[in-house]
This record gives sequence, C-alpha cells and structure tokens, in this order.
Amino acid sequence: MPDLGKYAEAVLSSYAISIAIIIGLIVVSVMRANRVNKQLQEIENKVKNNG
Amino acid sequence: MNLNTLWAYANPKKFIQTTDRVLPWVAGLAALALVLGLIWGFFFTPEDYRQGSTVKIIYLHVPSALMAINAWLMMLVTSLVWIVRRHHVSALAARAAAPVGMVMTVIALITGAIWGQPMWGTWWAWDPRLTSFLILFLFYLGYIALWEAIENDDTAADLTSILCLVGSVFALLSRYAVNFWNQGLHQGASLSLDKEENVADVFWYPLLVCIAGFVLLFVALVLLRTRTEIRARRMRVLLARERMGA
Repeated sequence: MPDLGKYAEAVLSSYAISIAIIIGLIVVSVMRANRVNKQLQEIENKVKNNG
Repeated sequence: MNLNTLWAYANPKKFIQTTDRVLPWVAGLAALALVLGLIWGFFFTPEDYRQGSTVKIIYLHVPSALMAINAWLMMLVTSLVWIVRRHHVSALAARAAAPVGMVMTVIALITGAIWGQPMWGTWWAWDPRLTSFLILFLFYLGYIALWEAIENDDTAADLTSILCLVGSVFALLSRYAVNFWNQGLHQGASLSLDKEENVADVFWYPLLVCIAGFVLLFVALVLLRTRTEIRARRMRVLLARERMGA
C-alpha cells in the first residue's frame, strides 16, 4: 500500500466509489442481458408451439 | 471495410452473431487494461509536487470524463444514422450507450469533487467545465427518461435522436469549456497533442492504459447492452403480434 499522506481519504474514497459504480453497472447490464435472453427464448418457444 | 460492409451490421441477426465472437475479447481486454492501468497508477506512480497523492485520482477522473463526452458523441452519430437510414440497431445502440455515458459522467463529477475539496478548497464551483458537465448529466437523465416514457420504439428513437442533437452542444461545450472561458477554477485539458506541457511521462503512460481500459469497457458494455435492447425489442414485437392474434 503506498503512503498517501494527508490525502489518503480523498484518494481511497475516489477509487472505492468509482470501482463500486463500475462493478454495479457491469452487474446490472449482465443480469438484464441474461433475463431478457431467457424471456425471449420462452416467448419464441411459445410462439413456435402455437404454430 | 467499405461502407456497404458496415451497413451489414445494421441487421440485428448479423450484429448478434458478430458480437458473440467479439464481445468476450473486448471484455477481456477491457478488464486487463483497467486492472493494469489502475494498479500501475495507484501503486507505482509517485506523488505530484503540488497535488500530493491526489494526482492518483486522474486515473479515474480523466478517462471517465473523456468517455462521458465521447459516449454522447457516439450517441450523436448513431442517432444521425437512425434519422437518415432508419436502422433500428443504431437507435438501440444509442439507447444502450446512454446509461454507460451517464455513469461515466457521475464518476467524473464525484472524483472531480473529491479532488477539488483538498485542492481548490471546495467540493463544487459554478465553473464553466463543471457546470457544463452537470448539464450533460441532466441531458443523459432526460434522454434515458424519454426512451422509458414512450411506448412506441420508433417514436422514442425519433424524439431521443432530436434530444441527442441538442445535447451535443453541451457535450462539446464540456470538452472545450476550459478553452472558451478563463474565469473557471478547472485547469486546462490534461490531454492534448502537446501533452508534455501538461502531464509528465511517469503519470502519462499509466493514464493512457487507463484510458484504453475505459474505452474498451465502454465498447464492451455498449455491445452487451445493444444485444439486450435488440432482444427486448424483438420480445415486444412478438408480444404485440400475439396480442393482435388473440
């Protein structure tokens, strides 16, 4: 861990907040992609079965 | 690649097939560049003689600010393609990019405020660049809200494209505000062709890696989210057909 001196709080909070926001965006995007993909497959199967 | 080859990707099926192959590589490279750039910047760069350790915040602030503006400009291009060529994939790509651009704007605003408090003695100032960035953030919010508010996809794409054209003024203003006005607190651009004047090599190289990471992350997220939007649109079409048939 580098010595961040008197600005440690500012630097660490910048990294913590930014990384948390980026991870949140990735998680939300992947979860929505999986959910929509699953829903679409269900609807396509239903349409196929109904002819 | 000629323009006709490029238009082939406006076909949703072709877009999904191509991104099936490309996306894992882009996502992997994004993760690699981000981890490498941030570790290099955080652990292996010295303190700045004026800014102290707060200089390490540039590895988040500069790339996110850059992507906040460029995401809107990408949305401008895809919106223009929608207006002129009526390709759904381009309208959906603009829709997919907006939340990513908004998140980049939020990161730029937050890290800027955290950096500004010890350096300028204030979290916020009504400085030209800060203010134009705040307005850009509000445009992102408005753009996303407009897509959500309109049920018909084509109407939503038309209206959001017009909003995107208007918002582009603020995206460009955010980029060039420091050049237009001298009265603000914000320093000149960190990135320019005469970069030697602004950033020393010891900070510049890890910054370039971080910028590459943010660009690749943006591309990966936009590809992923565009695929989702294409599938969600197909789902809405199938459900509408089913309702009409019932």
